[in-house]
Amino acid sequence: MATTRQTVARETLRVGGGVRLRRLPPEASILVVLIGLALAFELLGWIFVRQSFLLNEQRLVVMILQVSVIGIIAVGVTQVIITGGIDLSSGSVVALTAMVAASLAQSSEAARAVYPSLTDMPVLVPVVAGLTVGAAAGLVNGTLIASTSIPPFIATLGMMVTARGIAKWYTHGEPASMLTDTYAEIGSGAVPVMIFLGAALIFHIALRYTRYGKLTYAIGANPQAARVSGVRVGRHLIAVYTIAGTLSGLAGIVTSARAVSGQAGMGTMYELDAIAAAVIGGASLAGGVGRITGTVIGTMILGVVTSGFTFLRIDAYYQEIVKGAIIVAAVIADQYRQRTARRRG
Amino acid sequence: MRDGASDGCLLEVRNVCKAFPGVVALDDVSLRVGRGTVHALSGENGAGKSTLMKIIAGIYAPDSGELLLNGRAVRFSSPRDALRHGIAMIHQELNLMPHMSVAENVWIRREPVNALGLISHRELRRRTRALLERLRIDIDPDAEVRTLTIAARQMIEIARALSFESELLIMDEPTSALSERDAGHLFAIIRELKAQGKGILYITHRLEELFEIADEVSVLRDGRYVGSGTPASLTREAIVRMMVGRELSPVVLDGEARRGAILLAARGLTLAPHFYDVSFELHAGEILGIAGLVGSGRTKLAEALFGLTPASSGRLSIGDREVKIDSPQSAISRGLAFVTEDRKESGCFLTLSVLENLEISVLRGEFVRLGFVRPRAVLAACAAMCALLRVKTPDLHSPIANLSGGNQQKVLIGRCLLTRPRILILDEPTRGVDVAAKAEIHQLISRLVAEGTAVLLISSELPEILRTSHRIMVMREGRVTGILDRAEADQVKIMDLAAA
Repeated sequence: MATTRQTVARETLRVGGGVRLRRLPPEASILVVLIGLALAFELLGWIFVRQSFLLNEQRLVVMILQVSVIGIIAVGVTQVIITGGIDLSSGSVVALTAMVAASLAQSSEAARAVYPSLTDMPVLVPVVAGLTVGAAAGLVNGTLIASTSIPPFIATLGMMVTARGIAKWYTHGEPASMLTDTYAEIGSGAVPVMIFLGAALIFHIALRYTRYGKLTYAIGANPQAARVSGVRVGRHLIAVYTIAGTLSGLAGIVTSARAVSGQAGMGTMYELDAIAAAVIGGASLAGGVGRITGTVIGTMILGVVTSGFTFLRIDAYYQEIVKGAIIVAAVIADQYRQRTARRRG
Repeated sequence: MRDGASDGCLLEVRNVCKAFPGVVALDDVSLRVGRGTVHALSGENGAGKSTLMKIIAGIYAPDSGELLLNGRAVRFSSPRDALRHGIAMIHQELNLMPHMSVAENVWIRREPVNALGLISHRELRRRTRALLERLRIDIDPDAEVRTLTIAARQMIEIARALSFESELLIMDEPTSALSERDAGHLFAIIRELKAQGKGILYITHRLEELFEIADEVSVLRDGRYVGSGTPASLTREAIVRMMVGRELSPVVLDGEARRGAILLAARGLTLAPHFYDVSFELHAGEILGIAGLVGSGRTKLAEALFGLTPASSGRLSIGDREVKIDSPQSAISRGLAFVTEDRKESGCFLTLSVLENLEISVLRGEFVRLGFVRPRAVLAACAAMCALLRVKTPDLHSPIANLSGGNQQKVLIGRCLLTRPRILILDEPTRGVDVAAKAEIHQLISRLVAEGTAVLLISSELPEILRTSHRIMVMREGRVTGILDRAEADQVKIMDLAAA
């Protein structure tokens, strides 16, 4: 019996591998879009501004830097979307954590520190505080969704407004500036990019290879079936939203470190960019579908569009118009792909 | 053969072929449906029945071959085109809008209008009433569809199809969600339609129905026409042989011989308003069938036993220990497993692979280390389970959505078996499953029982219950009306206890 089992398993593995070779991974199509967009800007660059778009290290670094905050949020939002939910509160949580973390990261040179007795703290203090605030916001989201029948859209909409309000109330709208140099380092150089890619790698592994990931997909695919299969759906949702909140908190820390100050207006509309990145990357708002690799590529697409338009010196207005069109086009393309795949099956 | 219209032939399918990338779905299939007759189409899942129907209904175009309607060759560009030619299809999944009234559903996009161009609700109601009366269906045209039973919705689908003055009706397993009594009503309507000269193409898995309603039976296998005949000229075994292409060994049950100790005992379980004062005992190595009409509380009882909606009072013991099961997790940890009645609603993860569907309940213990799933161990266990259940799938990584209903069902049973349950609750385990898969599922159940598993089997199909169960518990309106031994039970006795 044991040997037959192994043969069966091996055979399945082999067949599985073969099929995967023939069918490209779902990210392939979106990667083609990314490369196509980059090449289009390259071409337009030579025609209109007589410069290379891609052969400019500085531009590429800035491009990735600009979107890494969105990327960090999108890693969490992707997981929420896979469960069939949505998180509208990320942008406001960025502002709230930026405020709280910055208030604990001020140097003694700050003229009007939020906590004059708590200046020049070790960098760990604001970081832990920021992550805690983000996690707490996510915990509230998750608990509301799991224990009441409020749809995630409404629960996180409430958090979006509330967290923004708390961020403003925290210092009565005053920014918290003059942060310590060690804190500012979190936002300088390639650090934000490393944080983004590190978070992406961790949760890519978590989603694909751990029990946590398997349950996340199952809940999104069919919450009722997950429940019957013995999955503690509510508890798992709380975990997912808490992780998303923590990642928003991380994004808030990076944002305030980059700006070397915390402001209550930070992160406005970031939640929508993050959702867009996930959806462009193939996550389905119906749940059960999505991958971190796709989200990373989706984030890069947003980055390429933003910096490409700046590079071509085209108005920011057009940028938004094109961004909107890309989001819709990505979803249409994805639905088309799914439908043809189903028909083949 | 040359001129179909003169000999009462309504539709003739001639040498139709259809291939999809990688599979030949239909290979040179021919078929005739006469006026005022019911032509039943049978075959296993994947035999090509659905493809053939979809070609007739204009959803697919055939690669070759032709359709003759009243002797004239036709080619449909869309389902609406087919509808205009008098061919209507009633789908397996109901396509009604739950928040709209019966009348609105029937006449949607064809609503009668008044002088101002607004919908005339009075005329709408009148037409609907006339239509329903013609079919002898007693449903209020103003009732909101979501308040109606599945059976009533099925009738409305039929009424809608007829409102197009269709000549040919295609019915795809119309009784799969109906109780015996509602099925009886449906058959009465079908006879009425026959009398009115309509032709009916009737797809079913239930062999009993072929003999009850069909004038002619055709069987498809692997996309090919196998044979046909009148029900009078065919035996049940002959049809099964045509469908499967081999003999099926019947399920053999060893009566009481292996019945072991009491595994599960329920005392006075109550969950108002679903069931009241339910008491029974389930032995190791026993199949206890639960019969009853839809709405008799059977499914709610199963859900309560499994902790999905715990009973509000009563006692439950497993082995010799009294237990409290308030969640599916606690049920699973006590050795229970539950295959739900609705594969789509609460069974399959349709966006996920076969493997991901199988493994979900065992992502613990030996299969997980430090939160990481051990892929090789899980894959080996799932592959072995697929082999045991003979799941037909290209590989474990293909989407479960690509599998036939019978194979999906096997995967769901496999999911439960991976948890090594001592008590298995099966709610309609063979609904919408083809004959071969059904026989395999029955064989599997009897093998499990021989190994000492206790099985609670809920089924609306009395023959299934009678053939497989050791004892049969009958429920009516939430109460147990009797527990019959296999030897004394028959359809009449069960129906007596089940019907009010």
